[in-house]
Amino acid sequence: MAAPVLSAPDDEELVSTPSALRRFLRGLPGVDQVGCEARAATLASRSIKTTAKAQALDLAVSMIDLTTLEGQDTTGKVRALCAKAQRPDPTDPSCPSVAAVCVYPDLVSAARTALGNSGVAVASVATAFPSGRAALEVKLRDTADAIAAGATEIDMVIDRGAFLSGDFTKVHEEIAAVRAACATSDGQAAAHLKVILETGELMTYDNVRRASWLAMLAGADFIKTSTGKVQPAATLPVTLVMLEAVRDFADATGRQVGVKAAGGISTAKDAIRYLVMVNETVGDDWLTPHLFRFGASRLLNDLLMQRSKLATGRYAGHDYFTLD
Amino acid sequence: MAFDYAPAPESRAVVDLASSYGLFIGGEFVDGSGSSFKSISPATEEVLAEVAEATEADADKAVAAARRAYARTWSTMPGSERAKYLYRIARIIQERSRELAVLESLDNGKPIREARDVDVPLVAAYFFYYAGWADKLEYAAPSWQPDGSRGSAPAPLGVAAQVIPWNFPLLMLAWKVAPALACGNTVVLKPAETTALTALFFGEICQQADLPPGVVNIITGAGETGRALVAHPDVDKVAFTGSTEVGKEIARAVAGTKKSLTLELGGKAANIVFDDAPIDQAVEGVVNGIFFNQGHVCCAGSRLLVQESVFDDVMTRLKRRMKTLRVGDPLDKNTDVGAINSPQQLAKIQELTAVGEAEGAQRWSAPCDLPDRGYWFAPTVFTEVSQAHRIAREEIFGPVLSVLTFRTPAEAVEKANNTPFGLSAGVWTDKGSLILWMANQLRAGVVWANTFNQFDPTSPFGGYKESGYGREGGRHGLEAYLAH
Repeated sequence: MAAPVLSAPDDEELVSTPSALRRFLRGLPGVDQVGCEARAATLASRSIKTTAKAQALDLAVSMIDLTTLEGQDTTGKVRALCAKAQRPDPTDPSCPSVAAVCVYPDLVSAARTALGNSGVAVASVATAFPSGRAALEVKLRDTADAIAAGATEIDMVIDRGAFLSGDFTKVHEEIAAVRAACATSDGQAAAHLKVILETGELMTYDNVRRASWLAMLAGADFIKTSTGKVQPAATLPVTLVMLEAVRDFADATGRQVGVKAAGGISTAKDAIRYLVMVNETVGDDWLTPHLFRFGASRLLNDLLMQRSKLATGRYAGHDYFTLD
Repeated sequence: MAFDYAPAPESRAVVDLASSYGLFIGGEFVDGSGSSFKSISPATEEVLAEVAEATEADADKAVAAARRAYARTWSTMPGSERAKYLYRIARIIQERSRELAVLESLDNGKPIREARDVDVPLVAAYFFYYAGWADKLEYAAPSWQPDGSRGSAPAPLGVAAQVIPWNFPLLMLAWKVAPALACGNTVVLKPAETTALTALFFGEICQQADLPPGVVNIITGAGETGRALVAHPDVDKVAFTGSTEVGKEIARAVAGTKKSLTLELGGKAANIVFDDAPIDQAVEGVVNGIFFNQGHVCCAGSRLLVQESVFDDVMTRLKRRMKTLRVGDPLDKNTDVGAINSPQQLAKIQELTAVGEAEGAQRWSAPCDLPDRGYWFAPTVFTEVSQAHRIAREEIFGPVLSVLTFRTPAEAVEKANNTPFGLSAGVWTDKGSLILWMANQLRAGVVWANTFNQFDPTSPFGGYKESGYGREGGRHGLEAYLAH
């Protein structure tokens, strides 16, 4: 079935009742698992060399949300991460900075101070990350705290329990409420909203497509694969389904929603595969940090190592790249 | 921001081509008694090598060598011993896979990605698969009678004459040679005149595997050579893959002789997309169905039947996807669609597409820069096609898709079956019961459900109606090479 053409009033109607929303999401075209995985595998076999590789490496660096989400995080570690985010390769001024630093809400102010006006954004996970198991008021307070501390991007998690039990309306309302909490009193967006689907818990590609549409209908600026705390995290086929969803959503509504692949992407080779997939699925409009991100920590060092290999013809040892 | 892939050419250095090749007869490369012809690369028109044009006398020598090998060694060798040779050949194919893939791409024009990821791995898989059957033929074709007594054990037929096409040169060789040898037959193979080189390399592989001389013989040439081979009186079995026209000629030539015959001929397969199909994978399957191997596929999904209610959506997605197809240098690892195999084939595609426009169908071709040299055709789709149009009836054998619509499953079946061919079909729907019903109604040897152009050595392949008779692949594929 074709994705129906949406316009603003229809949008309202779609989500007006639980049954209307359920009918719409269940009516989305299915995803054939075998075909989807085969397509992802074919795209992964592209050979990106020389100038194209140099371009891809720089692009990937600029798309990173450099992330630390550990219980043992300290302000010192966040400051170090922020320094690296602004100048990933201190020996090479041509190396772009990353897109954002992503931390827990209580470390937002430390990141904000360290990043200053560098142009690198501060992203914060919120809404009882990673499980999302808390009351809505708690989630909204979590979000508000992060924004008050200076976060300009909020990575929220959806209520997977509600989604899997078929209560799409509850999920929609929560996302819309967090969306509202991300706005200032005059309605301007104070923070960009990334909605984490946690695809590792959704189990089927059909669910991934439905959750993608649900998040976009509720006002997500980005849809994001994973928290990184659940396996599997980002995979190529899951990202393919999400890219197809944002493409179809843009066709239907004219609004471009971004995609963030997060968790488990640790090599430059993997990152380039994602860029190829973006390029050949949604087109090069999406090849910008405004519409595609990597949520990663280890990935940056491999990108830097490949960058210096391309420039010098030799691999430098691991000790030439800073630990985060 | 535009992301252009830099050229990523596969190296040609792995292929060591001689300037000329003789015929592979009796385990040796020997000079032909006739003239020779040039094998060119369709992507660049560069001459790759000179190849001998086998005459009637050469065909006679090859059949005699095959007969000797059949009588003296191969037919009496235990199946378990024949299996060892086949396993050895399969392993050598794997070891030399890169070389074979590059040569196949050079000589045929197909993208290296396909030669590397599809053709050559399948070639090895067919040899491995049939090697496993060589000592189990009693189970493949049981001789037990209904009354409990034993009939005669399955026996080989003798000398097989095998004539194969240019679209999958090495894979078609494997489909023919592997089951024939497993069953104890010896063969004389004639590859197509435009794509003989990988078959000649296969001759080298037979030498490398110490295959007894004469078990595999390879003679090169065009139609005359094929005619001489098929008509040879000492041939017991003829197997042909190619056009329906030539297939009919062979059937006439073989009629009234003791020779048994299998034919795998043309097709005009319907790829049927219902409104509840997994739409993105269906579009991918349509693209794979017709643009895989430049559409030089006998089972290509060259007719797309789309349920009316999703026609617009499918066409939008299909055209968008076709714009991303990368047409060009077959040896570039990022190429999706390579060169048309020969100027003759290109002329045929151009003729039929011109007819399509003249008959009123709407033509759309993917925007792409085609190289100046070589033979190229941009991926093309025709809409507003009716059953009466020639582009809906005749096999184009190129990257050209004809789109028709239907409203009900019954209408889809009627249109899909309304063709003299019956090689393959595809059904796309999320409804399992509809898939099973359609598979029962479609008069096609292979019906793919929510996929297309999938091949596997365990699966029989063959046609209904004018797409031929006999099956290749699987246990069924052994029957064509066994006498009861």
